[in-house]
Amino acid sequence: MEPMIDIQTSVNGANLSARVPARQTLVDFLRYHLELTGSHVGCEHGSCGACTIRLDGDIVRGCLVLAAQADGAAVETIEGLSDSGELADLQATFHARNALQCGYCTPGMLLTAQALLADNPAPSREEIRAYISGNYCRCTGYQAIVDAIESVAAARRGVIS
Amino acid sequence: MSDTPPHGPLHAVLDRPNSYIGRSVPRPNVRRLLQGRGNYVDDIRLPRMVHVAFVRSPYAHARIDGIDTAAALNSPGVVAVVTGAELAEYCTPWVGVLSHLAGLKSQPQHAIAIQKASWQGEAVAAVVAETRAQAEDGVDAVQVQWTELPIVADMETALDDQTPVIHPDLGDNLAWQRSFEAGDVDAAFAAGTVVDEEFSFGRHTGVTVEPRAILSSYEPAEGRLTVHHSCQAPHMMQNIFATHLGLEEHDVRVICGDVGGSYGIKVHAYADEMATAALSVMLRRPVKFIADRLESFLTDIHARDHRVRARMAISESGKILGIEIDDLTGIGPYSVYPRTSGIEANQIVNLTGAQYTCGNYRAKTTVVFQNKVPMCQYRAVGHPIATAVTEGLVDAAAAAIGMDPIEVRRRNLIPDDAYPCTAATGLSFEGLSHHRALARLVELMDYDSLRAEQERLRGDGIYRGIGIATFIELTNPSAMFYGVGGARISAQDGCTLRLDAKGNVICTTGVTEQGQGAEAVMAQVTATAVGVTIDKVRVITGDTDVVPYGGGTWASRAAGIGGEAAVQAGKALRENILKVAGIILQAEPETLDIREGRVVDGADGNDRIGLDEVGRIAYYRADTLPKDFQSELVATRHYVPKLFPFAFTNGVQASWLEVDIETGFVTLLKHWAVEDCGTVINPQLVDEQIRGGVVQGIGGALFEHCLYDDHGQLLNGSMMDYLTPMAAEMPDIEVAHVETPTADSELGAKGAGEAGTAGAPAAVLNAINDALMPLDVRLNIHPATPERILAALGTVG
Repeated sequence: MEPMIDIQTSVNGANLSARVPARQTLVDFLRYHLELTGSHVGCEHGSCGACTIRLDGDIVRGCLVLAAQADGAAVETIEGLSDSGELADLQATFHARNALQCGYCTPGMLLTAQALLADNPAPSREEIRAYISGNYCRCTGYQAIVDAIESVAAARRGVIS
Repeated sequence: MSDTPPHGPLHAVLDRPNSYIGRSVPRPNVRRLLQGRGNYVDDIRLPRMVHVAFVRSPYAHARIDGIDTAAALNSPGVVAVVTGAELAEYCTPWVGVLSHLAGLKSQPQHAIAIQKASWQGEAVAAVVAETRAQAEDGVDAVQVQWTELPIVADMETALDDQTPVIHPDLGDNLAWQRSFEAGDVDAAFAAGTVVDEEFSFGRHTGVTVEPRAILSSYEPAEGRLTVHHSCQAPHMMQNIFATHLGLEEHDVRVICGDVGGSYGIKVHAYADEMATAALSVMLRRPVKFIADRLESFLTDIHARDHRVRARMAISESGKILGIEIDDLTGIGPYSVYPRTSGIEANQIVNLTGAQYTCGNYRAKTTVVFQNKVPMCQYRAVGHPIATAVTEGLVDAAAAAIGMDPIEVRRRNLIPDDAYPCTAATGLSFEGLSHHRALARLVELMDYDSLRAEQERLRGDGIYRGIGIATFIELTNPSAMFYGVGGARISAQDGCTLRLDAKGNVICTTGVTEQGQGAEAVMAQVTATAVGVTIDKVRVITGDTDVVPYGGGTWASRAAGIGGEAAVQAGKALRENILKVAGIILQAEPETLDIREGRVVDGADGNDRIGLDEVGRIAYYRADTLPKDFQSELVATRHYVPKLFPFAFTNGVQASWLEVDIETGFVTLLKHWAVEDCGTVINPQLVDEQIRGGVVQGIGGALFEHCLYDDHGQLLNGSMMDYLTPMAAEMPDIEVAHVETPTADSELGAKGAGEAGTAGAPAAVLNAINDALMPLDVRLNIHPATPERILAALGTVG
């Protein structure tokens, strides 16, 4: 039988225990075991960023972390960060600016944008472009995403744009 | 940023109080995507669902001598291992030809290859298991005995006598050939200065972030198939599944929920998807197939692999006298079903030079088979190539006679007052605005200042270039695109609008949503035509059991065709509502209007009754209405373009970039696009379509290339190795519009989805060549990688 590992983890603030295949990635665990399907699988080799999630406060690629590595860790996903309201201004601005089209990259893009703004509350457009360059978007051409992040950064600083 | 009013007098139906036409309203139905609560195919789980993974050929061309499935069948979780011959009993093969591409031929293709594999990645067996991981374990356990066959890799030699024939039944490797000639080409070339260029375009692919995905469920008691499919054309797929699985069309339901990008990638009948549907019938349970990224590169259609030899003759006064092209393309081992792999080449013949008045044109295209991933239609089909060739020639010709590239274009673009007219290639144009668009571009980019800056920087050894690309784009296709050739692909689309008892309007439409904003456009048009606020409109797309028959979303058709069906349905529903209101209010319906969800007096706007009240009475208190009256609070209308086979649009783009001649790196500084897509329904959505399309075009111009070795092996089939545009390398893109509505519809909208991709590669390559002009270097090779630029400069061998 395939080797299994018992883990205890917290996902979006809720503690849970699970027995996971040793080879299962964290994003697959979230999607198929917990049915939190907001973290998307785009490449499974760490290039596209669609599976970006938060692990102990840092954004990681859900396809490059094993579910077993979440043992004892705190996992946050787009669903939890939507319910808590942490991303509400980014989500509203992405909507207003049409910074999403098909929406498949969007959860990962939002988590990455939030990490950027935590690191750098006043990023230049070039810094925004550089920071999100690990997140592939085929639809938008990126400009609307850069605009939306720039505008949220300004609003959070109290600057009227 | 518009030069003309949103719509002219023809479009009075939309010139209503509180019209949503021309307004950048945010898209409905996307909050779920922002919260990770979308419904993509891989998000769906069904009871007893199993997963399929495919055994794929490691060789580009090899005979299957035997498949040993015993070990795989014993692998944990494996439910079935199925070969091509076994599956052929459930799914008939297909041939990707169309009768209007006379002479196009192809070999019957099976859902799973039977006797041999014809490209690296073609499926030769399927393993079905409880989980995807177990299915992949099973794939590893399948033993295939292969005999390698000689490979046709190079399209240049595919027709040589000594080259093996991939499908002996076809006689040769020629899929299709077309020649076209208009005017007196030889005389034209004898009369002017001639530039002679060879262009090459690298194979690339769509790289949708969501890979191809299908979940097929067969209900054996009723004999019904339900397919959740990440696709662009649900009704087309309904017909194809029914035809090849031996089912009645009404027993097949295709549901297209959220789609994670398509760009033409998801509008074809893929063998592994047909196999998944057939497996669900065979196994009588739901079967899911989600391509992983590596198999996406090996099985999603590729596109744009063309070599074009091209000449242009120009007079001393800058008049283009003649154009000649000789195109060659390798499409893989099969013409793709049902759209065929001949359309891209056909478009190149039709579109090259078609923005100019030049009447002397000779074109030839040769389409050959080869052992690589099949090629087919991908965003802007053929346009990027036709535009890069035409506009590359124009720049070369301008340089040859020492004239400014803008001025040469001014002297040759079809005049704005010449319409309707017909191009040398036979295309009919209803109305285009090349000159207004070019003038707008020159103003927007401040062309003269940029030229001065370029000149100044050259003195400092900084090489910056300006590239211009004018083009036309085929949108809103009539049945002349596919239907005329025998494909069961709908050119018309329907829209049904229903007033509910609370005064909301439910809109179902045959066009689909893949992120472009088709649902927003439908909501805007519906709200405007009926007279309700947009929050009262709910749009439903993508379910063949629910929506009117239609083609789906491709060829820049959703807004123009689906939108016009909504206009007509909206007018009809309005009329039906006002009949009921007229009876309730004892007023003539013609004296009433509907504004913001309320029936008002047309003359003075006085409030009379809400649509919720009309709905309540019609649905619950019909006893209060006359016995000889029946309310009909639903209306369906269909639309197909009739006056012209296609609604051509026009646009012009410019690229401003810097080439580092030490490293060969290109830095994109700025990009401009002026587009005329007729009535602009939602300016922000149109602008973002243009921007996304431009970046996709830039990908092909600078980065994206499916690299093959001589053995037909794809060398860079992962996102680590295949370069796509990322945010850091992309420029800001300024977009402006000229509006020339089509009179074929009341809405007047033409398509905008592909224009960005059509023009961007030409603009970028022209800018690179413009930057390098002082060094007397030209390159016409896409993608223009640093290595290729250095090779052109002679820096590397």
